[in-house]
Amino acid sequence: MTTVLAASDVFSEQALTALVAGAVLAGVPLMFAALGELVSQRAGVLNIGLEGMMLVGAYAGFVAAYHGGSEWLGFGAGLLAGAGVSLVMVLFCVRWGLDQIVTGIAITLTCEGATALIFDAEFAESRPTLGATDKVAIPGLSDIPVVGGEGESNGSLFTQPLVVYLGLALAVLVAWMLRRTYMGLNIRAAGDAPSALDAAGVSVFATRSWAVLFAGAMAGLGGAFLSIVAAGLFQDTVVGGRGFIAIVLAMLARGRPLWAIIGAMLFGASLSIADWAQVAQIHISTDLVFMLPFLLVLLVLVLFGRRAYLPAALALPYERGSR
Amino acid sequence: MTETAAAAELREPPRPGAATRGQAQLGRVGDFLLRSILPLLLALVTGAVILWAIDVDPIQYYKDVYSGGVEFAAWQDSLMRVAPLLLIAVGLIVAFRAGIWNLGMDGQFLLAGAVIAGVGSRMEAHLPNTLNLVLLFFVAGAVGAAWTIVPAVLKARYELNEIITTLMMTFIGINLAQILVKGPFQDPTTTTPQTRAFDFTALLPAIPGTDSISRRWPGVHVGLVVAVLAAVAVWFLLGRTSFGLRLQVLGASTRSARHMGLDVSKLIIVAFLLSGMLVGLAAATEILGVKGYQRADWNPAFGLWVVPLVFLARLHAIGVIPYVVLLALASIGGDFAAQNAGLTPRFTLLLVGLTLLFMALTEWVARRAQLGGSYLPGASYRRQRAEGAG
Repeated sequence: MTTVLAASDVFSEQALTALVAGAVLAGVPLMFAALGELVSQRAGVLNIGLEGMMLVGAYAGFVAAYHGGSEWLGFGAGLLAGAGVSLVMVLFCVRWGLDQIVTGIAITLTCEGATALIFDAEFAESRPTLGATDKVAIPGLSDIPVVGGEGESNGSLFTQPLVVYLGLALAVLVAWMLRRTYMGLNIRAAGDAPSALDAAGVSVFATRSWAVLFAGAMAGLGGAFLSIVAAGLFQDTVVGGRGFIAIVLAMLARGRPLWAIIGAMLFGASLSIADWAQVAQIHISTDLVFMLPFLLVLLVLVLFGRRAYLPAALALPYERGSR
Repeated sequence: MTETAAAAELREPPRPGAATRGQAQLGRVGDFLLRSILPLLLALVTGAVILWAIDVDPIQYYKDVYSGGVEFAAWQDSLMRVAPLLLIAVGLIVAFRAGIWNLGMDGQFLLAGAVIAGVGSRMEAHLPNTLNLVLLFFVAGAVGAAWTIVPAVLKARYELNEIITTLMMTFIGINLAQILVKGPFQDPTTTTPQTRAFDFTALLPAIPGTDSISRRWPGVHVGLVVAVLAAVAVWFLLGRTSFGLRLQVLGASTRSARHMGLDVSKLIIVAFLLSGMLVGLAAATEILGVKGYQRADWNPAFGLWVVPLVFLARLHAIGVIPYVVLLALASIGGDFAAQNAGLTPRFTLLLVGLTLLFMALTEWVARRAQLGGSYLPGASYRRQRAEGAG
């Protein structure tokens, strides 16, 4: 993530390439998690356990990639592990209608404890790390300076691991699905007017369950990306609050996946700028850079304050026949 | 949830006579055991199975938790941990009772801590110590309260969801606290990013009688008294005053509150400020009583730990005290036990999380068994949201 540079060439092509690469690297896990959270929120389930699901995904992904020797095994394992954890959410919040915030916090706490415990028991001495992930350079585009990244060790926008492209494609697919398909209509109805969906003969439970599972899987994948590609190792702070950031990004996206991607990338960029400024010996506090995106969003909210769009039935369990 | 509970209560015939009242008492005890002790026991048993699975003797582990948290004079550490946890808990209770999800505790806590650690250690030379400490408590409360103003106004005026805004304010608060500690409040005599440390003798005095028990422990600081008094005050405020009743109405249903002619915006803002103030005071007890300074990377993240307890105690400001004591003991003793067993101290987190999950599960079982009386505010939050949308 960090490239050693002399202070003089901070505006060189190499430095700017590192900046873009860092932004993508930090933004992609957020993008996955926010995308999942967004679908879950549109279906009416507020998933506060995202942080825990990312952690479990990060751990499972790391272990699978380490033992299996392939990052795809890792991504798959992360995806499954995240979905597995979200089964608890499905059972507690969708089936049994228990409080979503309480369950979410419980999931996060349990996962934090569990991953730290298992990792310590298994890898306390060895602290293994993974090698670099293979990158795919898009022909043509990767020759563009700065955003191309052909031949750079960290790549850039158009030289990324295949999973990044798949993720972007998935985000577009989800946006299309939510807007243009019956499945999307059902998901939105489950969040806006569950009783109408029920009356139309579609199961609210099933719709919400799939949405929550999708959120868990995406969070798990985001976590796996963090541990396998971004960090190359697992430690109990690898997620470090990104789950909560993703929740905020999903809420701010007001239900639109493409906004979630933009938000995730902007946030990734601000994380990357902090690194870049440090290398450039520009004396700007990294803490200030981290809080800037939220400060800006809050400023916008205060100045142009308006009712945030959230699904009408968000965080409300559906009970048949209740009003 | 509360709806079914209320319905069940209505359906039950009145119980005249002493004998039946005895039965009702038994029912209440059974109810308490089922809802509070059972989840805890289940979590401990599950924890034991996990410990056993990773070759740690669970009995020895739990014994260590006890000896590390209670024996010798370790109970003093546990009691001092109670102070911030209890203040955060009652802060959350004020907000949650009003149906407000203040999830920005960590930002409010750290920012208040940073300000008093930075300002206090400088004022110390110019002011009498007692005055300085009292002033710092006020400052901490004010900073904590100030950090809730933006979410409060946004919710009161635009009905903007406070979960987003408080989470954002917490990120900003944590980073701002670090900027303050590394910048204007940095101790010039060290390269470690931390504030100047208080003179050891200038910290909060010990409760008389506790300071002479053991030579290794300086005694329990008076922050604990502040915390208990705050809990009693909040209990009185919520349960015995008209303001408390108004907050409860707001928490139960925004629409009812409006129909009653209550100033909903004002109530939301006051509840938020009160909640933030109590969280700020929590930081004061920890900084002025135990730490004496604040390091930039210090973030105990007490907030998430406390949320489960608040629900276990069914948002009751005095009822939460035993749970807080238990958690303080588990966190102090847990560190010791984990160290002895060669585990990560985060094992305690696992236990807390499991307790919460089992609690939710018991809630579901109890609801099916028609025991009534829910401690989760789901019903009220649900109704409020449904009305807000309609």
